[in-house]
Amino acid sequence: MTLEILGITVLWTFLFGYIIVGSIDYGAGFFNAYSIITRKQHILSNIIQRYLSPVWEVTNVFFVFFFVGIVGFFPETAYYFGTIFLIPGSIALILLAIRGSYYAFETYGNRGHKGYAFMYGLSGLLIPASLSIVLTISEGGFVYMEDGNPVLDYSALFTSPLSWSIVILSIVSVLYISAVFLTWYANKTGDQKATNLMRRYALIWALPLIITSGGIVYELSFHNPAHYERIIDLWWMFGLSFLLWLATVFLIWKRKNYGTAVWLLFGQFALAFYGFGISHYPYLLYPYLTIHEGFTNQAMAISLVFVFILGFALLIPSLYLLFKLFLFDKDYLEGRKKKE
Amino acid sequence: MLFEDPVVASRFLTLLTLSFHIIYATIGVGVPLMIMIAQWVGIKKKDEHYILLARRWAKGFVVTVAVGVVTGTAIGLQLSLLWPNFMELAGQIIALPLFMEVFAFFFEAIFLGIYVYTWDRFEDQRKHFLLLIPVALGAGMSAFFITVVNSFMNAPQGFDIVNGQLINANPIAAMFTPAMPTKVSHVLATAYMTVAFMLAAIAAYKLLKGSNHVYHKKALYLTMKVGLIFSIAAAIIGDFSGKYLAEYQPEKLAAAEWHFETEEGAPLLMYGMLDENNEVKGAIKIPFALSILAHGNPTSEVIGLNEFPEEETPPLVVHYFFDLMVTIGVFMIGISLIYWLGIKRGWAFVKAKWYRWLIVLGGPLSFLAIESGWWMAEVGRQPWILRGIMTVEEAATSSDYVGLMSILFILLYIILGIGTVVVLRKMFKDNPVEKELETSQGGDNA
Ligand code: HDD
Ligand code: HEM
Ligand code: HEM
Repeated sequence: MTLEILGITVLWTFLFGYIIVGSIDYGAGFFNAYSIITRKQHILSNIIQRYLSPVWEVTNVFFVFFFVGIVGFFPETAYYFGTIFLIPGSIALILLAIRGSYYAFETYGNRGHKGYAFMYGLSGLLIPASLSIVLTISEGGFVYMEDGNPVLDYSALFTSPLSWSIVILSIVSVLYISAVFLTWYANKTGDQKATNLMRRYALIWALPLIITSGGIVYELSFHNPAHYERIIDLWWMFGLSFLLWLATVFLIWKRKNYGTAVWLLFGQFALAFYGFGISHYPYLLYPYLTIHEGFTNQAMAISLVFVFILGFALLIPSLYLLFKLFLFDKDYLEGRKKKE
Repeated sequence: MLFEDPVVASRFLTLLTLSFHIIYATIGVGVPLMIMIAQWVGIKKKDEHYILLARRWAKGFVVTVAVGVVTGTAIGLQLSLLWPNFMELAGQIIALPLFMEVFAFFFEAIFLGIYVYTWDRFEDQRKHFLLLIPVALGAGMSAFFITVVNSFMNAPQGFDIVNGQLINANPIAAMFTPAMPTKVSHVLATAYMTVAFMLAAIAAYKLLKGSNHVYHKKALYLTMKVGLIFSIAAAIIGDFSGKYLAEYQPEKLAAAEWHFETEEGAPLLMYGMLDENNEVKGAIKIPFALSILAHGNPTSEVIGLNEFPEEETPPLVVHYFFDLMVTIGVFMIGISLIYWLGIKRGWAFVKAKWYRWLIVLGGPLSFLAIESGWWMAEVGRQPWILRGIMTVEEAATSSDYVGLMSILFILLYIILGIGTVVVLRKMFKDNPVEKELETSQGGDNA
């Protein structure tokens, strides 16, 4: 494995991690807001406080890891994406700020401001939408060079069915991932009402997920035929992903083994996400930038990998402790206090 | 200007975000240490007051950390959005500490989550105390690594530029620049100092507002003592920073001192004004002091601005930033030293109202010193973003929308700033110490 491949694999893995943990967080916010509007509040706010509040900063670091890491391994991405991503990036930042401050101002402080809960919920859908634009841009066709600087063609971007499909997919995935996970989590806390509610949401969003994913592959066939070809070459990954989706939906439907369903869900998204990443190889931005041209020097690459391994050795036990205390601790989940 | 020139707009937005982030970042670096000290004293003396102090600080801390995290995320991404050419070049050589910083964030975030949500889960308080060590360490490491990056911008090394290409990169050498030791230690010491005085200001304010509880008196005495130690450290390290500048960035020191001509036995100017011929008016002249600050020797030669081409001299306003920082530093040493001696010797006036008001003032002033220190350091680097290698002009984005985005961020920071204050006030008002103390017993020997 060359260092470029190693680097992009590490980054892609962290992005995958962010998409999963971020989606859980974003979706929960949305469902929370929705339940306030439909006057079913307090079904979910409990879960948000018990599970999401202790971990949201960790979720955020996954994102920071990705954008710091990509500039480290592939400094040229700073030049291309930095220049064109100003507006969507700034909007995403402002929305992220609204979310972060929700935890500070509402959950830790005094709860109950409806407008804020609503903004918090809405930002959960808008953040993935604005961040997903990076993926669309990377497919090429929306960036041209002017006086040697990359420029983003907004009208092409906003009129392209591909970009809207990707936006919709990002939103639907958030809702689906979050609903499946929270079904399991609510069930574990023994909260029957919340379990039923989340199970219903999971089933509602399952079909739209598969339809939009299929639509995107179809649109790529004329937007970026080269990428499409490579996706078809990897048909087995996407096929397997589809089977896992079927299995997840089946388990949720039958109200069985929610824990297994969550793992199958992770598997489904992992296969599709890595399949997409592999088929994107070697481009970071069609057709301007590949991982080979944009790669940093040897000395930096080796030091980054070295630090990554050390950092990981530090993180794994700490994350284990965090999850043990908040995700798998039976007494904590059920809201009982105990002394250790 | 903001809407026409991407360079001006990018500078403005960077200044805005960093100046806002640094407030929360400073709190983020300093408060964990203060909580540790209080909780440690509490466990050792078996005094519930100190434990409660730690607990209440931790409660407020969660709010400021959250805002620190979001503003930090903003500046982190903005570095690439606003300065793409800089990040492309610097990414090849200084990405290592930035990357390490992320691990420090991870570490801090994980243990902070655990610490805050497990106050009552441990039978043995000391176990809970242990969780705080990684939080304080993680915060200190974040400050360390980011300041390493900033040091590199002031004294870049560890690579060669040939035909516009960066070669022979040595990421380790790039981290250990001549600017690094003084910069890192000054930043850490001033963060601890500022937070100690901020907490002292809160305690003094409570005492002024009629609460006469020993809890606040203990808090005030503890924080003033810690503040005294770190403000002395800050001044000593600040002196070393001056010596670093004289050696490696003489143009910054000269601009900060309005030192126009190279000379021996140079005087230090405080305050004053410049007239249209760049003549200094109304300044206080301290003979030989600049030579001492620069080289530790009253007769040594200090390089003046005349040695630099005009387009490479930093803006002269940095003089005021420097004066403000140093004045506040000396003032804070003064009031904390007098307070400490006063308590030891039983001088009554340190418990008087007017003195407590001075202490209250010291909190915001310390933050002002941090801000002006950064303004001096960053504006004093002009026109360079990487000193001697890349200018700010060359580094900035070509996008036309930075001005527009700046407006959005101004609004955001106003909301976040007001929100922090409102939430913190409400949090502690609804939950006064007296109420919390009813449930626990503390010693009353202050
Ligand atoms: C509470 C805050 C505070 C206080 C009281 C002081 N400083 Fe400071 N100073 C800072 C906060 C600060 C800072 C914000 O942390 C800076 C900005 C950039 C940096 O490296 O540290 C800084 C930078 C800075 C620099 C520039 C370093 C550079 O650009 O590389 C010098 C020469 C000094 N300081 C000197 C002093 C002296 C002689 C002080 C005497 C009392 C002093 N500082 C007090
Ligand atoms: C260009 C300068 C800076 C950048 C790019 C930056 C970046 C960041 C980022 C991305 C975060 C959020 C991390 C998370 O998600 O948990 C953050 C938070 C933080 N930053 Fe900054 N930072 C800068 C300057 C500083 C400085 C100068 C200090 C200290 C003196 C500092 C100390 C901290 C701390 C302690 C946190 C954790 C949040 C808190 O405890 O308040 N940062 N910063
Ligand atoms: C990783 C560390 C840092 C990086 C990469 C960085 C980067 C930059 C850049 C690109 C600029 C714009 C160029 C300029 O106008 O000078 C700038 C300016 C500025 N930075 Fe830093 N900075 C760092 C650390 C800090 C910190 C920790 C602060 C503290 C708050 C700070 C405060 C400022 C201010 C106030 C300006 C405006 C100066 C001006 O407009 O002339 N910087 N910095």
